[in-house]
Amino acid sequence: MTALQILFLITAIVTLGSALMVVTSRNLIHSALWLILALFGVAVLYVVLNAGFLAVAQVVIYIGAIAILIIFAVMMTRTLVENFPVQMNKEWWLAGLLALAFFVSLAWMLGSWEGFSTSLPPMAEGADPLRELGVALVSPNAYVLPFELASILLLAALIGSLMIAREKKS
Amino acid sequence: MAFFSDPINVIADWLRSLLVGWGLAEGAVTIILALLGVLAVTLAVLLVDIFLVWVERKVVARLQDRLGPNRLGPFGLIQPIADVIKLLIKEDITPKGADKFIYNLAPIMALATVLVLWAVIPFGPGIYGTDLDVGVLYIVAIGALGALGIIMAGWSSNNKYALLGAFRSVAVLISFEVPMVISLLVPVILSSSMGFNQIIAAQDVWYIVLSPLAALIFFIAAQAELGRAPFDLGEAESEIVAGFHIEYTGMKFGMFYAGELLHALTFGALFSALFLGGWRGPGAEAFPLLGVVYFFIKSFILYFVIMWVKYSLPRIRIDHMLSFCWKFLTPLSLVLVIVTAVLAKTLQDASTLVVFLAFTLANILLITGTIIILNRYASKGRQKVAEPRPVAISPENRVSEIP
Repeated sequence: MTALQILFLITAIVTLGSALMVVTSRNLIHSALWLILALFGVAVLYVVLNAGFLAVAQVVIYIGAIAILIIFAVMMTRTLVENFPVQMNKEWWLAGLLALAFFVSLAWMLGSWEGFSTSLPPMAEGADPLRELGVALVSPNAYVLPFELASILLLAALIGSLMIAREKKS
Repeated sequence: MAFFSDPINVIADWLRSLLVGWGLAEGAVTIILALLGVLAVTLAVLLVDIFLVWVERKVVARLQDRLGPNRLGPFGLIQPIADVIKLLIKEDITPKGADKFIYNLAPIMALATVLVLWAVIPFGPGIYGTDLDVGVLYIVAIGALGALGIIMAGWSSNNKYALLGAFRSVAVLISFEVPMVISLLVPVILSSSMGFNQIIAAQDVWYIVLSPLAALIFFIAAQAELGRAPFDLGEAESEIVAGFHIEYTGMKFGMFYAGELLHALTFGALFSALFLGGWRGPGAEAFPLLGVVYFFIKSFILYFVIMWVKYSLPRIRIDHMLSFCWKFLTPLSLVLVIVTAVLAKTLQDASTLVVFLAFTLANILLITGTIIILNRYASKGRQKVAEPRPVAISPENRVSEIP
């Protein structure tokens, strides 16, 4: 086994283990913190794949923004959380069945995908992945349309949240 | 001599040949050298941190017309070591109902998130932890982890003041992160790179000269990120006592304190790398150690300015502070980035003088426009306050309306 494989295995175990703790932990804050560890594990996987920009963006967006927002929301509702000790409801077996079916179908699909068994292609000599990503995002031959659509979506979300949060003048 | 022109590589090569000579595998030697490098940078930064305690106490004393520590050693230089010993032998108290694991993890997070920032800051030519090509974004990401440490400390202490303090601190952190990230884009656009080494290499003209406005916005946002006056809302004796670290004692509190001091120097270092040309100076290319000296001189000057502002300005009310961030700094930095991007693209091939003149003119225009708009806004506010308002009168003094 190479060092890279060992690193991947450790990261995968930590990520999956903490993802499991997210759903089994009794304390909601602990769940949120485990979620942060799982997201961080994903960022480490990006680093292993030589995608530094994606790794840092993962940390900025998922840990810096989303996880902090979740923690804020949980902390504001502390009494609600502590007075709700039941973890499962009556339909837990149905959810488990659906999750299992989803996992099996995903595993089957990935098993028949050829990219699953090819090894990591080496990077071109002197290539700057960050610059290429940037060019691809604004090049008309690549992803400029999805990029702009995502910007419009985010702008709409921003304006929408402003409208909701605005004080109404009666 | 080779040592003076490239010290780090000379030492690394010597160690490598020594370890390989002992019969270690090539890969293992690389890992050992990397770990040694991490250890060296961390220890150096932490030693500077102990010194910072003395600098902080001495400077604030002079600013407040006192002497400061002057008993132990020359100029009280041994005082911080005595402080550390005192912190280490204090009783370690964990409050009842605290979440032990998170409570103990939070101070580590607070110091570690500052320490790892030094991984990407170049000390001198060829003397740096790692040349990350997304260095600037890395700084932002680590800042986000720092906010997490504060929340963990506030929540796990099982104390309402700690929780409120954490809320306040994180609200400020998140808000001021926006203008800070946008102002960080200016050096990135000017150098067309996000790595610190390339940003420093591109600064033939310091970016504080090309874009003083971006430097100012970054400095204000940094002051807020540090939670220092006039933005020190996380700590207010009459409202939330000491804020998120109220329950911590001994060395755990010491770690928060050390992290706070080191964070200030780190922002000084970031500022000098992004806007003051980092290690650049006369003779720094030939003698990297001279570059390290320049770098630390610039960083400490910035550190002094941060302290100077902290100890001479009164604090701002929280609503003023947040509206200052969202309604003033953020729009201004957005306009600045647009102007910078357009100018940098159109003046791609122009001479340095033309670029300098254009950027200076643009900055002066932006500053003038901002001041005019602010003046108008302020006079509107004054008019509103000056309007006659109905005054409450107690019933016995009220003039009866019945004839």
